[in-house]
Amino acid sequence: MTTRLKLAPWIATIGLFVFWELVCRLFSIPEFVLPAPSQAMAALIEFWPAIWQNAFYTFWVTMVGFAMAVVFGLVLGLVTGASALVYSAIYPLLVGFNSIPKVAIVPVLVVWFGIGTIPAVLTAFTISFFPIVVNVATGLATLEPELRDVLRSLGARKVDILLKVGLPRSMPYFFASLKVAITLAFVGTVISETVAGNAGMGHLMLSASSSFRVPLVFAGLLVIAVMGVGMYAIFALAERRFVGWAFRGADAA
Amino acid sequence: MTPFVELDRVTMTYGGPDAGTPAVADASLTIGRGEFVAVVGPSGCGKSSLLKIVSGLMPTDSGTARVDGETVSGPLTMVGMAFQNATLLPWRTTLENVLLPLEVSRAHRRSFRRKRAEHEAAARSLLKTVGLDGYEDHAPHELSGGMQQRASLCRALIHSPDLLLLDEPFAALDAFTREELWGVLQDLWRERQFTVILVTHDLREAVYLADRVYVVSKRPGRIVYERPVPLPRPRTLESTFEQDFVDLVHRLRDHIGEVRAA
Ligand SMILES: Nc1ncnc2c1ncn2[C@@H]1O[C@H](COP(=O)(O)OP(=O)(O)OP(=O)(O)O)[C@@H](O)[C@H]1O
Ligand SMILES: [Mg+2]
Repeated sequence: MTTRLKLAPWIATIGLFVFWELVCRLFSIPEFVLPAPSQAMAALIEFWPAIWQNAFYTFWVTMVGFAMAVVFGLVLGLVTGASALVYSAIYPLLVGFNSIPKVAIVPVLVVWFGIGTIPAVLTAFTISFFPIVVNVATGLATLEPELRDVLRSLGARKVDILLKVGLPRSMPYFFASLKVAITLAFVGTVISETVAGNAGMGHLMLSASSSFRVPLVFAGLLVIAVMGVGMYAIFALAERRFVGWAFRGADAA
Repeated sequence: MTPFVELDRVTMTYGGPDAGTPAVADASLTIGRGEFVAVVGPSGCGKSSLLKIVSGLMPTDSGTARVDGETVSGPLTMVGMAFQNATLLPWRTTLENVLLPLEVSRAHRRSFRRKRAEHEAAARSLLKTVGLDGYEDHAPHELSGGMQQRASLCRALIHSPDLLLLDEPFAALDAFTREELWGVLQDLWRERQFTVILVTHDLREAVYLADRVYVVSKRPGRIVYERPVPLPRPRTLESTFEQDFVDLVHRLRDHIGEVRAA
């Protein structure tokens, strides 16, 4: 049973690629419309040095933006979760800000910081901090009324309740949000590189499509997807490692 | 007997005096130091609210609550509390859960680190009295419901409160576990001599454990009957089959019937 569960994602993924390959061959779809996986792989190998260089760049830009989002998201989440006043004051602002398509703020960032790395880092940051804030704030705010009564009658200080109950309780929410945030951060970086970049996967794919090298575009998409899945897996492992207690009950059931 | 807990014509409404029907109306009761009192009544009649008034978690509209001679005006630190759900923290071991009150309470938090060994020994011996020795380092999810409730009792008692407030602590347990825990609670109470207010729906539980049983009316909650339980201690499961015990339960059953019909 467990081996079947472990094999399932691989089979599904391979199945998708086989299906895609077959469709392209069966209907002889031209490669500048939809390249087959094999053509994308060929482009990946052919342009590997350029892809590697740009992927490496995109990865680091994303990680810096994401790291900023984690720090900022955690702090803001703690503040909003701990204080009902702050929560009600800034929650509408956060939702409003999150609704803005981030592609729209890239030009503004370029005006401020010029084309290059900084707008990409900031786009990755702005797109990925929101789920962290919301999850941490929610986790902090969920304290059972009975436990709150116990703590109040003990004369517990707010800071003790926050550190000993609120913070540990919000950690599963925090780790869950990291998995979402890391994939969003990649989206942010690539958007910025595409709109206004001189390096990175977004820039590479834009140049490739403007010269009709569609297989190279798809090779780039695959590389981004692989990086996203890889980071997601790392944070899923971290989640199991650090907040395993949140899963144990579910395992037993 | 000097009164330890006194409610004098207390009325309380959630959201303040003008917010509609009170949860507790004109309730008076007197509990002696070291006494074990049970409160029974129909669902939603204000039993939990009564405990919140006594513990100082809810202010009264009118009337006064006094504990140990002082008027209650805010949360009392001398109380321990346990509820229907054990609310143990899942990331802490059983022992760490029991120690939590000492870590955060006003009276102990400053000296907690210094006296940690001493506190741990106290927690271990308390866990032992409720039959949880060997489970100190287990996580709550590794304990059965009954064991979690035992741990929750230990957490309520670790700071040696003078007053223990129990809100249907055994309601979620199966009949056998529940009756076993009656014995555990009775032993703890006889050994440590704190005062107890137990809210329960189980009339046999009330008669088994209490010196006196109060019956509360439908909302708004008033205290309508008071029944002493003159049965000898320690009570055992055998006592629950004796005629006096059964009669008392029947008498309470009738009171509850009247209250519900009223
Ligand atoms: N936090 C609250 N805010 C507003 N109303 C409340 C609150 N808690 C309880 N009430 C109301 O006060 C009344 C008494 O509630 P309480 O919880 O004291 O009843 P109870 O006797 O403990 O009931 P049960 O046996 O079901 O636990 C109920 O009608 C309930 O709707
Ligand atoms: Mg209740």
